Amino acid sequence: MTDRMTISRRRLLGTAGVAVAMSPFSINIARAQEAKIKIGFPVPLTGPYGTEAEDQVRAAQVAIAEFNEAGGLNGRLAELLVRDDKLNPGEAATRAIELIENDKINFMVGSLSAAVQLAVNNVTKQRKVIFNSISQSDTINEVADFSPYTFHEALNPHMTAGAVGRYAFSKFGKKVVFLTADYAYGTEMVTGFREAGKAFNIEVLGDIRHPIGATDFSTLLPRIQAMKPDILCISNFGRDQQIALKQATDFGMKKQMKIIAPILLYTGRLAAGEAAFEGVIGGTSYYWGIENKIASAKAFNDRFRKMFGGKVPSDYGSLAYGGVKTLLMGAKNAGSVDPEKVIPAVEALKYDYYKGPQFYRKCDHQSVQSVFIIESKAAPKDNPADVFNIIATDEPAEANLRSCEALGHKA
Amino acid sequence: MWRAPLQGNSMAGLSLELIGLQLFAGLALGSVYVLLAIGLSLIFGMLTVVNFAHGAFFMLGAYVGLWLLSIGVNFWICLVAVPLIVGGFGLAVERVLIRPLYGRGIDYPLLLTFGLSYIIIELVRIVFGKSGYPVDTPALLQGAVDIGVGYFPLYRLFVMAVTGVILIGLWLFLERTSYGLIIRAGARDPQIVRVLGVNIARVWLMVFGLGCGIAGLGGLLAAPLQGVIPEMGGPILAEAFVVTVVGGMGSLLGAVLAGLLVGVVVSITSLFAPEMAKVAIFALMAVVLLIRPQGFFGRAGLMS
Amino acid sequence: MTYTVEKAAMTRLPKDGLMDMAYRHRVLLSAVFLLVFPLLVPFKALAVNILIYGLYALGFNLLFGYLGLLSFGHSALFGAGSYACGILLVHYGMPWWAGLLLGTVAGGAMAGIIGMFAIRTSGIYFAMVTLALSQCVYYIFYQATGLTGGENGLRGVNVSDISIFGLHLYFVDPVTRYYVVAACVILALFFLSRILASPFGAVIEATRENEARARASGYDVRRVRLVTFILSGGFCGLAGALQAIHLSIVPIETMHYETSGLVVMMALLGGMGTFFGPFIGAAVFLLLENVVSLWTVHWQLFVGAVFVLCVLFFPRGIWGSVLHWVKK
Repeated sequence: MTDRMTISRRRLLGTAGVAVAMSPFSINIARAQEAKIKIGFPVPLTGPYGTEAEDQVRAAQVAIAEFNEAGGLNGRLAELLVRDDKLNPGEAATRAIELIENDKINFMVGSLSAAVQLAVNNVTKQRKVIFNSISQSDTINEVADFSPYTFHEALNPHMTAGAVGRYAFSKFGKKVVFLTADYAYGTEMVTGFREAGKAFNIEVLGDIRHPIGATDFSTLLPRIQAMKPDILCISNFGRDQQIALKQATDFGMKKQMKIIAPILLYTGRLAAGEAAFEGVIGGTSYYWGIENKIASAKAFNDRFRKMFGGKVPSDYGSLAYGGVKTLLMGAKNAGSVDPEKVIPAVEALKYDYYKGPQFYRKCDHQSVQSVFIIESKAAPKDNPADVFNIIATDEPAEANLRSCEALGHKA
Repeated sequence: MWRAPLQGNSMAGLSLELIGLQLFAGLALGSVYVLLAIGLSLIFGMLTVVNFAHGAFFMLGAYVGLWLLSIGVNFWICLVAVPLIVGGFGLAVERVLIRPLYGRGIDYPLLLTFGLSYIIIELVRIVFGKSGYPVDTPALLQGAVDIGVGYFPLYRLFVMAVTGVILIGLWLFLERTSYGLIIRAGARDPQIVRVLGVNIARVWLMVFGLGCGIAGLGGLLAAPLQGVIPEMGGPILAEAFVVTVVGGMGSLLGAVLAGLLVGVVVSITSLFAPEMAKVAIFALMAVVLLIRPQGFFGRAGLMS
Repeated sequence: MTYTVEKAAMTRLPKDGLMDMAYRHRVLLSAVFLLVFPLLVPFKALAVNILIYGLYALGFNLLFGYLGLLSFGHSALFGAGSYACGILLVHYGMPWWAGLLLGTVAGGAMAGIIGMFAIRTSGIYFAMVTLALSQCVYYIFYQATGLTGGENGLRGVNVSDISIFGLHLYFVDPVTRYYVVAACVILALFFLSRILASPFGAVIEATRENEARARASGYDVRRVRLVTFILSGGFCGLAGALQAIHLSIVPIETMHYETSGLVVMMALLGGMGTFFGPFIGAAVFLLLENVVSLWTVHWQLFVGAVFVLCVLFFPRGIWGSVLHWVKK
């Protein structure tokens, strides 16, 4: 409950001692607290991804608790400073600047949107603070946005779409229609699918872009039906995905073609219900059900259940666990919070914290990891959390990433 | 990104049936816009209140429906109960919050309803949580039917039918009842109506409640199409504003025609340049306003 | 109405020499206030945001408060300044001051383009035309990913070392950043003060009070509107450019219609048509949002309640109410 304490402390500052805290004297107070390792954590607590963001906070708290129980960094404990980025890059940048300048954080972890992570990354790299991003983006790997201070614990669209594409194109047919949200995330996913599709000689019948935040797909679906594809690949996120799947189901499209999505969100599946997602195949970075096969997942789930009343962690939530844990372990191995020492220590990690083996590739600090292919199903009565079947695992391999040269890094 | 050849390829699949189906989908979409826009237009025409909380009432309708369904109330009863409940809430809002602002200009009700929409959305988040909920299509209305040019979901036809019924009912009410006469007269000149001894405040109250009730019904009808979420009123409010303005603020006929037109514009844009579907309606609004600043059927010089 | 209350409160009481003096030296006074302002705000980045949004609201107020035209499209002006500055710095390697200067020009130019179409209408229709055109502008910037970064936003508007007349400063330092931005804002305040005090300022208010009479007096009302809109765009453009170098990014949200709505709310909250009102509105809004959002995730409930209460009980806005009270 570290973040609650942080918030209540800030609340005190906010109400009782604004003048004192904000005057130059507050520097001394800050120094006195410097004993703790502070991790800034901007996530969209308000807005449509609030539930997901709350899960990110919970999972991050698990990592903090484990680190502190293990004695911290030579007795130096860690704390999480949660901020609401409101899903807005401008707000996120402001919060990131605040965390660095005012709270003097040591590391930054967080974000739940491509634009937000790029905004935070721009702030942190300019100020030489390590940032571990926990949401998807291909752009953050590329040389223009990357910096030695940038880490990417999340999957990226190229890996995710590649894994799902390799699975689906080998099984369901070659004629593909893309229905894609018209922004970087969607475009990057389609590029990933097309790259993967080359090996299978897929035939792209249509590549339809819809505006982000669309609430009605009824004007797009008849045309897709007329194209008669084997596979409809819906690359959008969150509510866009829920509505698109719901309406595609209403139009009877599941009987005519196989619907796949790069990512199936656990919280999204719960919010949209079983009917809309029924039979849809997609990828994920994490699903709690892998615990039967992977010991570290079992340990993480159990700890999470214990701390939060039997809940299981979501996919994006778990990324927060990984993102916080790797930086703290890097600091522990380096014996310091100095970024110049922590960076090589994190680069050297070969870790299996919650989903099997992972490591950060040297050139772009992308976490090389597995992608799970899942299929949505109706949950059994006794376990409403049991909503996906794991049907395949795309094992971690550097070959599944874009090459360092393609990203603009010098080999 | 260069994707022209693909679109050229997919254009090959364009048939008359598809275009017909597309037009029909546009009309079906437009009928949801109409439900929001007639309320907005009615309220603006009568009260000169630009109701920024209209989207919140729409969302509230969806949530009230969700709640009623969850306690076992039948969908058909919800069709009556939801507009009554949301409309009742609208009455309270008008009486307590908006009435003190009459005569103070257009900015104040606008600001107040803007603030109110924040409050309603946040209260819904507190009560129902931040995530959305799915709403199943009523069993009787599931599936698709052949409409001559192809198959179309039955539920969307039902939504069009309900909109039609509401419009006919509203037209009969406004044109054929003495109450409707007062409303129409009040929209034209509230001063005279007051002089004639009519309690205009009461008329305004009823109109606001009516507009909100129809918005609530719209929310209920939209719930099986897109699920419910606290933010669902935002995008549709923007679209409904466009419809209202294109049709002419205060004109019911304008709201209906513009609503259907906007639906068709969206669906035809979706066929040729789907990523432009959203901006197309704003471009339409800009063009209409530049050619005819008061919209199709609006009165010139309102609020100028 | 509330619009002229400030001037009235200040000038129609010549016996109260103190007030009169305060009015005449309002720019100087605000400069002194801005010097100590960061000490009153939880963190410097927020203080800078308040300056930027205050300036943005001030530009908006010139059009709405002083001329009486309600625009829902000001995000296009703010965004034009922001993107112009960002694009020139990122893609053309221009120095920061050129970015600010050309950002200001871009804000004015965008206002000129939108204004050419929009000033033909008035009232609620003016609001809607500006909204529609700004949405089209939003879309163009959204699609021009090569220049603007699209939905990802424009990154890399990094300004670190700057030199002003031989004085070398490290812009990333929060204190430096605040005072550089504050200096720009004070300069803008000075300009605005001169505009309002000039004969043109009188024409603006005359047009608002009685359009027909202004026209009868020989003024070209459309031209007055267009020029005021362009001036308003210049202030908003500068605010946008400052935001670009402050945050080192330009998010596409800068152009979104919510950014237009925000400035209407800030200006109304502070007090329309008053010199300091927009600034106070921006400060109160952002401070409230910041403090309450640290305290609860349901901060929007409080923001909404403040608006409702303000409209019901302080319709003149915060600063407008203060001035009204002083006048009494």
